Amino acid sequence: MADIITLKDIYKRYFIGKSNELEVIHGIGLSVAEGEFVSIVGESGSGKSTLMNIIGALDRPTEGTYFLDGVNVAALSQDELSLARKMKIGFVFQTFNLIGRISARANVELPMTYARMPRKERQERAQHLLEIVGMGDRAKHQPNELSGGQKQRTAIARAMANDPAILLADEPTGALDSETGLKVLDIFRDLNKNHGKTVVLITHSNALAEHSDRIITLKDGVIIGERRGSADRGEDRGEGDAL
Amino acid sequence: MKFLDNFREAIGSLLMNKMRSILTMLGIIIGIGAVIAIMTLGASMTAYITETMSGFGINNITVMMRAKTDEGPVLYMSTGGMNAYKDKDLITEEMMDGLKEEYPDEIKAFSVSEIIGNGQTEKGADYANLSLSGVNPEYITANNLTLIRGRFINDQDEAVGRRLAVVSDKLVSNIFGDENPLGQEIIIRTQNHIDNYTIVGVYEYSSGNNIMLGAVMASSSSDYDVSTDVYIPLSVAKKVMNTKGYSSFTVVTENGINSTEFSKTIESYFSKYYARNEDFGIGTFSMESTVSEITSMMSTISLAIAAIAAISLLVGGIGVMNIMIVSITERTREIGTRKALGATNGEIRMQFIVESVVICLVGGFIGIALGMALGAIGAALLGFTAKATVTSILLSVGVSSAIGVFFGFYPANKAAKMDPIDALRYE
Repeated sequence: MADIITLKDIYKRYFIGKSNELEVIHGIGLSVAEGEFVSIVGESGSGKSTLMNIIGALDRPTEGTYFLDGVNVAALSQDELSLARKMKIGFVFQTFNLIGRISARANVELPMTYARMPRKERQERAQHLLEIVGMGDRAKHQPNELSGGQKQRTAIARAMANDPAILLADEPTGALDSETGLKVLDIFRDLNKNHGKTVVLITHSNALAEHSDRIITLKDGVIIGERRGSADRGEDRGEGDAL
Repeated sequence: MKFLDNFREAIGSLLMNKMRSILTMLGIIIGIGAVIAIMTLGASMTAYITETMSGFGINNITVMMRAKTDEGPVLYMSTGGMNAYKDKDLITEEMMDGLKEEYPDEIKAFSVSEIIGNGQTEKGADYANLSLSGVNPEYITANNLTLIRGRFINDQDEAVGRRLAVVSDKLVSNIFGDENPLGQEIIIRTQNHIDNYTIVGVYEYSSGNNIMLGAVMASSSSDYDVSTDVYIPLSVAKKVMNTKGYSSFTVVTENGINSTEFSKTIESYFSKYYARNEDFGIGTFSMESTVSEITSMMSTISLAIAAIAAISLLVGGIGVMNIMIVSITERTREIGTRKALGATNGEIRMQFIVESVVICLVGGFIGIALGMALGAIGAALLGFTAKATVTSILLSVGVSSAIGVFFGFYPANKAAKMDPIDALRYE
């Protein structure tokens, strides 16, 4: 399959030209194929958050090229970056980041609102997405009425809103107990296997990363290792319905 | 994101923090409310004054002799100086005829009156106080008199010098009761004269149509003692008084003539006759100019007060800005999340501007309602009909939206410029 993410010689420096100039990523090259489930593992300070921000089009690399679905993100303007995030990337955060005063369904609707989808259409799609993640009966609940796992399911449904090519998950199980965490991970695997979503999982946990096709290990801003995960060895338990 | 979505979100976020939203709005509510209340009260007062004064005849220009030492407006002319005039100072018929000849298109008629003085008429134990004046036939139109019986003085009466009188219904009820007054003879005593006149007409009395404004005040004493005007032909009055001219007369202008401007024309016409007169000149006074003077004075005053009230709007606006900054800081993560989900800087900016405008507009609408209620209560207490001005309402809506945009822009821009990475990491 074609590569959906291609990073070439990526450098990221902060405080450029100042005495405290800091290089966080030192020339990373990385490709992710369409439909792949990749984990990026690293301890804190390894530069994995910075790498995630670049992959997620939240930030531009100081040097190097990043092709996301054929577009060089490094050359995009602010508004074009917004567009790339809106249409190509679905973010899932460790802390869920649901908006508190609106319902689960309204949260899922949000990216579609920014994509100017008509109200009726996006309500129907939000409901459908919530059903896929097993939250169909909780659509009208506000985030504070949901458990951690339910919040993360809602967040995953939200990430799917504009049918992005990539789901980018930053420690998605970090705030959950291990059992709930595994269930959330199952959803990612389901979306990967049965809905063709490319998943990039950022984590510090090797155990969690084992569930993916490929594990990339990051240390001090460089890739120090790359290996197959257990999912690639045919141990996945994914099952799901049509999107 | 579409505008309607922004609007829905804004309402949602206001409802989330009801107490805070209401307190924030309070500044706008008070500001707009005060402005509207003052404007409403001012408009009601102006309408009342205009209405009342228009009753005196908007087409009339009163031309009066005035002592050259008097500097103030004719309306407030001191009467002390007037007593000293001599025959040569008076306005003559030649001057008036000349004026009419020079401006035939502007002048409809002259209404002339010659006051003989206050007096009384009696019948048995009954009496009526009166003020006796000679008037010309045009007087009735110039002064909006309503005739209820008989007729008014006509040109023939003037020419022949008939001793006729037109009296008020008030006088009739005092003296004759239910008896038909027409054709009856009454004896009128004034300070220096006693004469008898035949009643040919009865007009409807209202406190507004006395020749002497002082009589309006007198009306407050006792209803029975109210002094009303008795009109006799001008030629008769002139004979009685042995006068050679008039101290004042009223020009009835044609419709559509600007009385304020024509007053000046009249003054300059008379100035040639009075150029060499050391003591007296001619002044004019028209209802139209007086009404417009009062109206503009009133609107200036209410505008000035409203401007002071508008300072509270400024304070309210700063309050809105303050709370928006707090709200944006609190919602930093939300802003980061929205950006990660694809919101552009412009969309974030618009969201918060709309929120600020909604606060101000809701506050504005409440303020308008409150202000109109206060204005109406104030007007009712002062005895006017409440008159809300559409301009002030439109202005308030405009001003509150403008405050929303102005004071919302800085916080909204701050939100728009947030770095999504920092915002997402914000604790």
